[in-house]
Amino acid sequence: MKLYNGPQIIVGLVIFLAIFTYPLWSGAGKAAPVPKPQPVPKSVATQCVADTAYMRTSHMTLLNYWRDEVVRDGDRLYVSASGKTFNMSLSNTCFECHTSKVKFCDQCHNYLAISPFCWDCHLTPKEKK
Amino acid sequence: MGVDRRQFLKLAGISAAFGLGGSVGFQLLRPGALDAAERMPTPYQMVFPKSQGNSEVMPNPKALKGRRWGMVIDMRKLTVEKARAAIQACNYYHNVPTIPGKQNIKWIWLTGYTNAFPEVENPFADPAIKNARFIAMCNHCDNPPCVRVCPTKATFQREDGIVMMDMHRCIGCRFCMAGCPYGSRSFNFRDPRPFIKKEYPKYPTRTKGVVEKCTFCSERLAVGKLPACAEASGGAMVFGDVDDAGSELRQLLRSRYSIRRKPNLGTHPQVYYLV
Repeated sequence: MKLYNGPQIIVGLVIFLAIFTYPLWSGAGKAAPVPKPQPVPKSVATQCVADTAYMRTSHMTLLNYWRDEVVRDGDRLYVSASGKTFNMSLSNTCFECHTSKVKFCDQCHNYLAISPFCWDCHLTPKEKK
Repeated sequence: MGVDRRQFLKLAGISAAFGLGGSVGFQLLRPGALDAAERMPTPYQMVFPKSQGNSEVMPNPKALKGRRWGMVIDMRKLTVEKARAAIQACNYYHNVPTIPGKQNIKWIWLTGYTNAFPEVENPFADPAIKNARFIAMCNHCDNPPCVRVCPTKATFQREDGIVMMDMHRCIGCRFCMAGCPYGSRSFNFRDPRPFIKKEYPKYPTRTKGVVEKCTFCSERLAVGKLPACAEASGGAMVFGDVDDAGSELRQLLRSRYSIRRKPNLGTHPQVYYLV
């Protein structure tokens, strides 16, 4: 079997494969930096609405639950497992301590390449430069 | 290797017995092991693992409580200035944008007599009424057509009568806008944020593709405050419990003649105009 225009085709294939696989080999051996959400200073608050491990994995479930309770039933106060009472509000409660969306929320969300649409409506505090 | 008829029937019989007896066998040897439905965590447990188990939700004790909220608008007291103040307060506290043209968002607005009350049109009516500017807003109907037509239950009626919107569920189909006979609902044709003059940080804005309307300030009632328009109107708009015969609202309704918008449609609007 004869390959017509062999050299051009092979060179073309090599160039194509190099470009096509660029995302694979360019990042080989390098890990994306681990996200570092800004911790809340101890002077501002010492405990969140739930423990850190739970918030890390399930804050979205908790927020969905809060949303349903507030919008549907009008129950707006949340008594946490530690007995503290919170107003169930993303913009008004969460952002009182986590004052920067860029330094807190976006850290992990960008790392995991997810873009929740909470912020389409819920306002976040102005970012300090 | 072939299988003769006798071997085939034996195999089939054993397989059938095993298949049929399988779950019975499980129940005998390990009772309850297959009861998946009972072992599924409840939604509450799914939200809260054991560490969050003893948390709870409750309404704010300061919240205003009523069996059936309503509003009375006193047309003798309502001047255009007071109405504008009420509209401005509402627009500010709810981040209502001002968009030029037909895509504007309205929660509460001014309208003329014949527009608000088309079926009582009367060319010789008292000019004080005929030429007055009426405040129009969501009537929070007792029999709300918008709630009936909503395919996702994004709009619903609370126990205290307030017709609420759950923006998270709204798919922007605009059936409710077709259903509402008062034009109280507005659709976000575009992102409203650039059209909000001054953002009120404690209340969310809306996003493109949802319908919005007046909520009788449910977020203010929940912390014991009156609706923003009633507070800013200098006594021309009175908010109260329609179901409570002793309320200020009911006393006003007893003392003067009141009309409602398009009552013949059977929606039972809960905004009353004292004329």
